[in-house]
Amino acid sequence: MRMATPAPSPSWRRASLWMYAIAVIYAAISLVPFLWSIYTSVKPTSEVFQLFVPWRTLTLSSYTSILENFPFGRWFLNSAIVAFIVTVGNLVVNTFAGYAFARLRFPGRGFLFYVFLGVMMIPGQVVLVPIYMLLAHLGWIDTYVGLTVPFLLSSTMVFLSRQFFLGIPKELEEAARIDGIGYFGMFFRIMLPLARPLLAAQTILTFQGNWNSFLWPLLIGQTTDMYTLPVGLNSFYGQYNAYWNSVMAGMVMLTLPMMVVFIIFQRQFIQGVSQAGLKG
Amino acid sequence: MSVANSAAERVTGRGRRIRWNVVEQALAGYLFILPAIVELVVFLLGPIIYSFVISFKHFSYLDPLDSHFVGFLNYVHLFEDPVFLRALWNTTVYALVVVPVQTAIAMMLAVIVNRIRGKTIFRVIYYLPSITSTVGVAVIFSFLFQPNGLLNRLLWILFHIQGPDYFNSPIFAFPAIMAVAVWTTAGQFMVIYLAALQEIPEELYEAAAIDGAQGFAMLRYITIPSLRRTTFLVVVLGMIGAFQVFDLVYVISSASSLPQQYTMTVVLDLFEKGFRTMQMGYASAMGFVLFAIILILTLIQQLWLGREDA
Repeated sequence: MRMATPAPSPSWRRASLWMYAIAVIYAAISLVPFLWSIYTSVKPTSEVFQLFVPWRTLTLSSYTSILENFPFGRWFLNSAIVAFIVTVGNLVVNTFAGYAFARLRFPGRGFLFYVFLGVMMIPGQVVLVPIYMLLAHLGWIDTYVGLTVPFLLSSTMVFLSRQFFLGIPKELEEAARIDGIGYFGMFFRIMLPLARPLLAAQTILTFQGNWNSFLWPLLIGQTTDMYTLPVGLNSFYGQYNAYWNSVMAGMVMLTLPMMVVFIIFQRQFIQGVSQAGLKG
Repeated sequence: MSVANSAAERVTGRGRRIRWNVVEQALAGYLFILPAIVELVVFLLGPIIYSFVISFKHFSYLDPLDSHFVGFLNYVHLFEDPVFLRALWNTTVYALVVVPVQTAIAMMLAVIVNRIRGKTIFRVIYYLPSITSTVGVAVIFSFLFQPNGLLNRLLWILFHIQGPDYFNSPIFAFPAIMAVAVWTTAGQFMVIYLAALQEIPEELYEAAAIDGAQGFAMLRYITIPSLRRTTFLVVVLGMIGAFQVFDLVYVISSASSLPQQYTMTVVLDLFEKGFRTMQMGYASAMGFVLFAIILILTLIQQLWLGREDA
């Protein structure tokens, strides 16, 4: 059967039913684990393995009990503080560098840029041991400084920022120059307002990455008070994994804030990922 | 690309009279780049060099005074160390299974979602696992994969199959971890595919339709070939991620009663050697083996994409 126009043919409609079926099944695969965890978190301890429990026995007691008995509030705050500082720091450091690489001429620019490109390939785990030793030497283990300062640079984001600033038309810059604007004015008053999509994507990816980061905070946060949420949840899970409702309550506290942010800003998240992915 | 760019800059620079003072501009450039350079040198290049040096040393926090050069001994020991070899084997299997599966799922979902209504809502749902902390994911699946957890209950209700105790079973633990990994990242790569699908010109499909192509022929001869670049990128990014797997295996295997060898990976081994048994030099050597693997993967990517561009 030949059809030059894309009008829906019977075979096409069958195909699209299949498509909906697959799409819905995979949506269930993506969602059910979360929904089941949330459901488990409101079940009474004795009934966590019951498939369905009477509606009236559902309770928030696992939330109140872990908040009373464990520093989940503190961990939450630590995660928020660390992710905030690292995000703001990254915005400044990466965007500054991206602007300089794209728009300013200075000796060694090409060489430095290749250094940054090279660094993008190096996995963070290579420097696990030496950074730990450096932080220990500086007395930064178990401090907010240690949790944030080493992570203020992302070479991938420097690269993306440079790409972005390269795309801004010359004429705009020249017009501003005629008006007698300086380098910093150029950056803050001309470039940054234009770079809003770049900043949004960067904010989101950096914040998410840090909110979820585990390996480094595991090493650097050593007393319970300096744990971030993932580290705290891991330690809590290790000790109390019989209390699945409480473990799931902790999981919800870790996951839900990020999900809410994601649902509000999903367009920016997805743009950020596809940009970062395509530029790689 | 950057050569063409600076050439264009030079031309416009000469063409117009308004120019910034060269020295002042260079100073501003250095000022803007300074924070990044400080971070780079102090927390990356310095540590890399240090790490490289101690990878040739016997160096342990347990006896810091007894540190001496051993040449390539750490590297030689690595490839005689059954734990590391097991970790390398597991990680390779992990990469070779997880990456193709997640790429195939990502591509399939992107093609489907691109075609149907409700694109946004599906995209959001599929992406949710990717924004979730891996520790959260590990905890969720530790519960779902309990012997009497949701998965096994469903298997029993639907097929009358008694499922295993996944994370405590020598046969099922690692495959279960791989399944979770696919679940976590497929949505992220789907988003990249979806963006690439928008770039395929509509005319290609129209031309193919005139030639009588339909459904699967379109997919086979137009969509999949047009996505080749993206596929390559997704595979390389996936491989790099796979070789760095840590959070998932760490959380799952520390709660498991299984001997560690079954779920040992390169970064987990590095972590254990560096911070449990305090063999810093040995752990650094391991880091550089990992680096070499990732470098090779990245170079393959660069070579391939470079050839495609030419």
